[in-house]
Formats: sequence, C-alpha cells, structure tokens
Amino acid sequence: MTDEANGEKKSPRIGVFICHCGSNIGGFVDVKAVTEYAATLPDVAYATDNLYTCAEDGLNNIKESIKEHNLDRVIVSSCTPRTHAPLFQRTCEAAGLNKYMFTFVNIREHCSWVHMKDRERATQKAKDLVRMGVARARFLEPQEETKIDVTQAALVVGGGVSGMTAALSLANMGFPVHLVEKDNELGGFVRNLHGLMNTKKSAGETIEPLIDKVNAQKNITQHLNSRVATVEGFIGNYDVTIGGDDAEPKEVKVGTIIVATGAVPLVPEGLFGYKEHPNVVTATEFEELCKKKDIPKLKNVAFIQCVGSRGQKVSYCSRICCNVAIKTAINIAENRDNMLGVTEEKPAEAGGQAVEEPAADMKAEEGTERRRRRRGRGRREGEDAVEEGAAPSSGVEITVFNRDVMAYGVEHELEFNKAREKRVKFIRYVPDNLPKVTMKDGNLEVGYFHETLKMERSMPVDMVILSTPLVSQPDASTLSQLLKVPLGQDGFFQEAHVKLRPVDFATDGVFVCGTCRGPADIAEAASQAAAAASRAAIPLANGFVQAEALTSRVDETKCTGCGTCVEVCPYGALRKNEEGISEVIAAACKGCGCCGATCPEGAITMTHYTDQQLLAEAKAALEEG
Amino acid sequence: MSSTAPETGGEHKVGEESFEPRIIVFCCNWCSYAGADLAGVSRLQMPPHFRVIRVMCSARVDPEFVLRAFQKGADGVLVAGCHPADCHYIGGNYRTRRRIALLRILLQQFGFDPGRLKLEWISAGEGEKFQKTIVEFTDTVNELGPSPMKGGD
Repeated sequence: MTDEANGEKKSPRIGVFICHCGSNIGGFVDVKAVTEYAATLPDVAYATDNLYTCAEDGLNNIKESIKEHNLDRVIVSSCTPRTHAPLFQRTCEAAGLNKYMFTFVNIREHCSWVHMKDRERATQKAKDLVRMGVARARFLEPQEETKIDVTQAALVVGGGVSGMTAALSLANMGFPVHLVEKDNELGGFVRNLHGLMNTKKSAGETIEPLIDKVNAQKNITQHLNSRVATVEGFIGNYDVTIGGDDAEPKEVKVGTIIVATGAVPLVPEGLFGYKEHPNVVTATEFEELCKKKDIPKLKNVAFIQCVGSRGQKVSYCSRICCNVAIKTAINIAENRDNMLGVTEEKPAEAGGQAVEEPAADMKAEEGTERRRRRRGRGRREGEDAVEEGAAPSSGVEITVFNRDVMAYGVEHELEFNKAREKRVKFIRYVPDNLPKVTMKDGNLEVGYFHETLKMERSMPVDMVILSTPLVSQPDASTLSQLLKVPLGQDGFFQEAHVKLRPVDFATDGVFVCGTCRGPADIAEAASQAAAAASRAAIPLANGFVQAEALTSRVDETKCTGCGTCVEVCPYGALRKNEEGISEVIAAACKGCGCCGATCPEGAITMTHYTDQQLLAEAKAALEEG
Repeated sequence: MSSTAPETGGEHKVGEESFEPRIIVFCCNWCSYAGADLAGVSRLQMPPHFRVIRVMCSARVDPEFVLRAFQKGADGVLVAGCHPADCHYIGGNYRTRRRIALLRILLQQFGFDPGRLKLEWISAGEGEKFQKTIVEFTDTVNELGPSPMKGGD
C-alpha cells in the first residue's frame, strides 16, 4: 500500500448520516449504536441518524450539516448506491461539495435485509461497513467531470416503420441521420402485409407517405443493401463503418445510435401440419397471398392462435396476433377487395366497415356507431341488417381457435365485437389439448376438443391460418455485440429499464424502438420510435456529454512503458506518448480499472476507486471494531 | 463480527463456535453488486461474516488487493463478476478469471489453502446465487478454519 501524501493539508472532516429507512434498517440493526460508533471513528466530525435520509428533511439535514460542521466529506449509510447515490451526490453539490467527496455505505441490502434474525451481528456488521466507508472517505479527492464534444448526427439501423419514424423525427430536428437498411428498399416487415387494421388503405399505401417523407428529407442519408459492419467509440463520438452488399464500405461519424431492426415471424416447422398439408399457411403468408390475389376458393377458414408461442417454441405472448387474426377474419367475412374472388367486379367502397385512419372526424363517427352496435342498440336499423346480410361472403365459415383472445384496448375490443357480429366463431382450446390439422380423403380437416361441450369435434376447412409470434432477427446478436448492448432471454433487444427507461439501452448513446425490442403493432412501434428519437436527440442538441470522472490515471514517474495496459484495455483508451510512456485518453476510458490491476509497476490507478481507497476499505474491514 | 467473540481474538483454536470468519467480497458494480442487492431486496438470509467492497469491474481487483486482504487477516476472499460474455466492460471478467487461477497457485505457495480464494459469476438477476455462494463459501472457510496469518492452517 502506498502511503503518499495526497495533497491534503488539513485533516478531513467527515459527516456520517445513518438511515433507519423506517424499520427496514432500524428494525434489524441498532442504528443509534452504529451512529455512536461512527462518531468515534477518525476524522468523523459529525454523525447522526435519520428516519429517512432520502426524504426532504433528511436531505436538508445533510445540506445544513455540511455548512454547520464545515464538512468536506459525506457518507450516507443506508440503501444501495445503485439507486440512491445520484440523489445524495446532488445534495452534496447543492451544498457546495464536490460530488466525488461522497461515499455510500450499504447497510440495507447487504446487511439489515439479509441478517434479519441476528440483530447483534447485523449491528456489528453495520459498524464494520461504516468503518470501511470512513476509511475510504478519508482518501477521497474532488474530481472534475470532463465535457466531451458530441458529433451532431445520428445513425438509425433499420428502415422499417420504426426506423423511418425515428430517422424522420431526428432529421426534422435538423440533425443529419444515416439510415441503414439491409434490403434494397425501405418499409420493413409491413411491406409483406396486405391490409392493416382500422384503415381502408393497403399496408403499402399506408406507409407510402412515410417513405416519401424520408426520401424527401435532405438530412437523411439512406444506405440501402447495407449493414453496420463495425462500431468504434462511445456516446457522442461513434465511428461506424457501413458495409454495402456490393458497395465500398463507408465510414460515418455519429453521436447517437438508434436500433430499429424489427422482427421476423416464426416459421412453425412441424406444427399443425405446416408444410405437410396444402393450404396451411402462416398469417404473414396469408397476407402475401392476399397481395398476390392468390387465395383459393374459401368456404371454411380456421385460424389457430398462439402457434409456437406461450410455451411452445417461445415463451412469450406475441401480443399482436389476436388483433391480426380478428382483422383478417373481418376482411374475409367482408370479402374486402374481393379477396375471395367471388365477385368479378370490384366491390363498391360505400358502406365499407373499415375506417380511414387519418380522418379523425369520420373515425369518431364510426366509433360511435360501433359502440352503439356493441351495446346491442340499433340492431333493428336497416343499414345494419343490410350490411350483415349483404356481406358477399356470408357463406364463409370462419373459426378462430384460441387459448384466450387478447384484444387489448378500446379499438381492438370493438373490432373483436365486430368480428363476432360477423359470425366469426371463437373456439377455445387448452394447451394440453391442441387442435389437430389432418387430411381426410384429400380434404383438410381440423379436429379439436370442444371445451364447453366436452367432446371431440372436427370440421372440414379449406385453409388453416397459423398465427405465429414475431421472433427476433436471426442476426440480432451480431448487432448486439457490435454495439455492446444486451439481448433478453427471448433474443429481443433489452432496454435499460422496462418501465422507466423503455427506449434507452444501459449503454449511453444507444437507443431502441420497434419490434426488435419485442412484438408491437405499427402505432406502438411509431410511438417508441418518436420516443427513441427524442431521447437520442438530447446529447445531439446539447452538443456535449458530461463524462463521469471515473477514469484511469498513469503516474508517469512509475511507468516503464511496458505497454501491458495498452494491450488489456478493451476500449483502446491507453496509448504510448512520444516518450514511450502510457497515457490515458480520458474520453474513451470507461473506468473499468483493468489496466490498474494489470500494471506491474503499480503506476496506474483509477480516479475515485484508487488503490489507496480500496486497500483502506479492505484493511478497515479486517480491523477489530 | 469480532464483537461477538472479542475475547477469543488471541486464541487460534479451531473451535467451531468461537471462529467468526472474516470474508472480503469484491463485487463488480454492474452484475454481482446488483445481484447482492437483489438478494437483499428478496430478503434472502445468509451468514453475516462477509463484507462487500464495490469495484467497477472484477478486473479492477488487483492481485495485490487479494494478497493484502489475506495479509491483514482475511480468512477468505470472494471475487464476484459478470458471467462470461456478459461483462459490462466487454471482457474484464476473462482477465479476472486468469488472474484468480494464478493467484490460487501463488496462495498455495504462501501456505494458504487455495479454497480460501473463490471466483464466482453472479448476474444482476441472480440474488439466489449470491446467497448460495455466500452460504457455501462461508461453510468452506469455516471448515478451513482461521487463516494461517492468524495461526490456523
């Protein structure tokens, strides 16, 4: 242990604030005894206990005590620094103390909550932990946080609805955006689809205006047939190589990155006669058939929900499939766009059920009408009767085999009711007794156990539509590794916090939106994209980011220039200067401390986690209390 | 810990009742420390002999820290980091793994049982694993008895 003078002339004045956390700590640890003990420790000028240190009066107490007792270091001994350190650091700053003069001691998660049955030992441990904190605090030094300039441009990976929405939002704010799409055109998964819910337009027509805007937006540079090849750097300063399929790799500099790579539908190999019998298709394939106007004559259609999801091939509910099935069932029942080919001429648009999305007033009107119908009123009204009777496909039997219908939200619930009014049958099955798709005498047949009648039934069908979940992109892990952001258990990108930071990654400067984060419908994906764009714009608009002052530091008088640190640094944050001595590139250093542990000369230490501080902490842990 | 048996401080008998092991746990901030927090939030009870020191990455744990801890009388040292391929700092835990393997050999040469130094991967979601690790390691150290620095073997 080095014992060099750290420039401190006068001895430190440490304030220790010990928290009862209601009874969370106070119930299992003798907080008064710990406080009395803390007051006896070297350099402790003031020690007190609070019922809730994080409450207004607790924070005020810290601020006042700093002034009153002329404290130059503060220790809060309460919960975990992972949640509360920023709060107390801000409090210190408000009282004019550098935030790096603060130390946290965890006596709740690591003590009172895990030693609830041994008050004596828990109290002793809390004393030890406070002693360790004091030992560390004595060696704290104020640190300056460096401002790092930000390249005011962004990268958006994925040219689907989410990616385009995000890119457009950022571009409209005036930031240059590089939009990378692996296909040869924009549009993403929605391009495969024929019809969408709640709009009369086709899927292609619906997203066309978005594509047009992206094409017209001069701030957006499109990179089609391209992928992200390499990513170097950190928030504010990324060097990205975009590799084209047949073009030269391009290098771009950006400040923030948005991941919007979307998802793909599960291919239900080996499930429900898929690829085994004709006319067993996935919901996505059915959309493609609709687009090609290649649907066979239909009299009986069966949907099977939750194919491969909720415990079969993937664990989760894909969230959108119920609504997709309801939408498709209504379209079939209404023979939309003459999809069934039963009438030769194009059917008149008048009286159509689908609602034009952008026309809000019309939508409201329709909504009222539907709500009226839902309540059972207006049934006698002529137009309703005509409408139902006139459905050209009234002869088509549509059955949706489901575990339960998750038509969440007002709009979807209304659609569900509408489907039922169209005589779409919803038959429930349980996971232990799945419907069976078989061929009988050359005809497709669905056998199922009727849960209400408690008997085996079967029905002939012309087509079976399998609702398969959205699953993560097969190459998601490649991008995840390039960007150093995590994938969750199901292979989707995982946000920093499911509730509070839904479009951030834990890694600063990288954001996520759309179905690459988990199944979502178009409106949800667009909202997430707008959110991600606004989050990604914050550092761009500021023009700088404040870097935490947790970096390594080289003592040039000790360094022999062996270069070991340069080799071990995962961020390339160390290099040799002209004299052959190691130096730290502070902006690139993430503060892991690997170099410090490696240096054979003990020439490298970390700011705020110095060898001296950590050794003092360890030594204090082993002292007699 | 010592207050419960302060009188026995000078004795080095391997008396099971009087031995209160001193265990230092280095936890990386991103996985293991959060795993320890989760164990707390889940109220998973465990023996009270361990003291956690937070470091940003398990790779920050200089072999010197471990040796100093043993020199100052630690009966056991546990280093906990993120699972392989899950390191917040890309691959710090791989370096930790190599260092700990070497350190165990070194400790043996110094006359310590290498079982007194343990490396474990504990993720932020593994509160139960943190508890299990602490329980098992405390048992191990209890069996090994006081550190050779305090006259044990």
